[in-house]
Amino acid sequence: METWNRFVFTFFNADIAWRYWPTILEGLWVTIAAGLLVVVTGVTCGMLLASLRTLGIRALNIPIILFVDIFRALPPLAIILVIFFGLPNVGIVLPSLVVLWISLGAVLAAFSEEVFWAGITSVPPGQWMASRSTGMTFGQTLFHVILPQAVKLAIPPLTNRTISITKNLALGSAIGVNEILGQANSALSMSSNATPLTMGAFLYVLVFAPLILASRMLERRYQWGGH
Amino acid sequence: MLMSATPAASQGFLLEALQIRKTFGQTEVLKGVDLQVKAGELVFLIGPSGSGKSTLLRCCNRLEEPTGGTLKLDGTDLLARSTDINEMRRKIGMVFQSFNLYPHLTVMGNVTLALRKVMKMTKAEAEARALENLKLVGMAEKASSYPSQLSGGQQQRVGIARSLALNPMMILMDEPTSALDPELVDSVLEVIKSLRDRGMTMVIASHEMNFARNAADRVVFLENGLVVESGTAEQIFTDAQHERTRQFLRQVRH
Repeated sequence: METWNRFVFTFFNADIAWRYWPTILEGLWVTIAAGLLVVVTGVTCGMLLASLRTLGIRALNIPIILFVDIFRALPPLAIILVIFFGLPNVGIVLPSLVVLWISLGAVLAAFSEEVFWAGITSVPPGQWMASRSTGMTFGQTLFHVILPQAVKLAIPPLTNRTISITKNLALGSAIGVNEILGQANSALSMSSNATPLTMGAFLYVLVFAPLILASRMLERRYQWGGH
Repeated sequence: MLMSATPAASQGFLLEALQIRKTFGQTEVLKGVDLQVKAGELVFLIGPSGSGKSTLLRCCNRLEEPTGGTLKLDGTDLLARSTDINEMRRKIGMVFQSFNLYPHLTVMGNVTLALRKVMKMTKAEAEARALENLKLVGMAEKASSYPSQLSGGQQQRVGIARSLALNPMMILMDEPTSALDPELVDSVLEVIKSLRDRGMTMVIASHEMNFARNAADRVVFLENGLVVESGTAEQIFTDAQHERTRQFLRQVRH
């Protein structure tokens, strides 16, 4: 009973929760805003890079593939720290939130480029031929015929990637971004109680569960023609 | 009655492909092939697989870029830099062995896509035109189905409607019935026959010899990237000049 009480006091302390609730809620908004930025820019850039790659221009493909491979290989924390502590040495000082955004956006762009590219290459070449034979331009074919099919194939792996990369927003606490974990962490040090972390964990679930649900819905929506 | 305006091409040829060559890497697939098609003609391309039939058809609308030769449609040089190939491709319909319908679009969506994006029709105009052409191939009642819900024969008829709707000067067909179950072949051949009766110019690569015999104006026998022999269906099927042609015809008629 004693242990149980201590457990509840440490992780589910109502007083602490009440006191630090506003602080942690602030972190929630930062996480949501940064998450949206990362997802939108990352997925958009990924699709853009994959589309550029279809042009088959060597001078374009080499830097794209280099970027993709490097950013898939580097641990996100390493990228964040290099940009945050490295760039000021060359006179570029970026707010920590921007650093977090750029770093995770680039990582997501790299992974989603690969996912979209895999989707694009698995659309049969006959689809290109059929569309081009009707007078559609390369761009029209890509946009109206190829990408819709590629996106359908890309959605399941893409959602998994997006969720796992967006969760790295918590790394922002390492460079002082006041997102959920950052706020919970400082509340933890001030209160000497783990309840703020419990609240943080709860909020992460609150943020990411809808994303997972949304991905399920998208998957269903992209099942055409009953199969 | 013609479906599209009869073109006044030079020397009376609607499509004039001369000395077409195509090389893939080290392999020369077409070694200088002539294909001249008059308006309203149905020309059959026959020959063993690998003879270059598909490549020749794809060269005719530059889905494959010919490595040599000249190519004219209705007097327009298709290989000229100044020619808008997308505009010309619209005038050359193409039907594929594996149908190549867009799986993410309904039958209606398949037929209207180019009408809207290439011909810039409004949705209503495009749908009216699509419906007209789907009726011609007997597929109007399936307008809201997805390709995966259709049989191969139905898909191919939609494929024909898709190119027909753009009001092309001619249609190229690459083995339009080879991927079909035998009992579905006739429905597609009937559509092709009705197009012929309406005066549509067509070049068809196919092994449907009976159909060729009945419907083709001219038959071109291709082997190893060269035209071995060409003539009227009657000439080729009853009085082929080359032993190789006779041998091929015996083989396909078992």
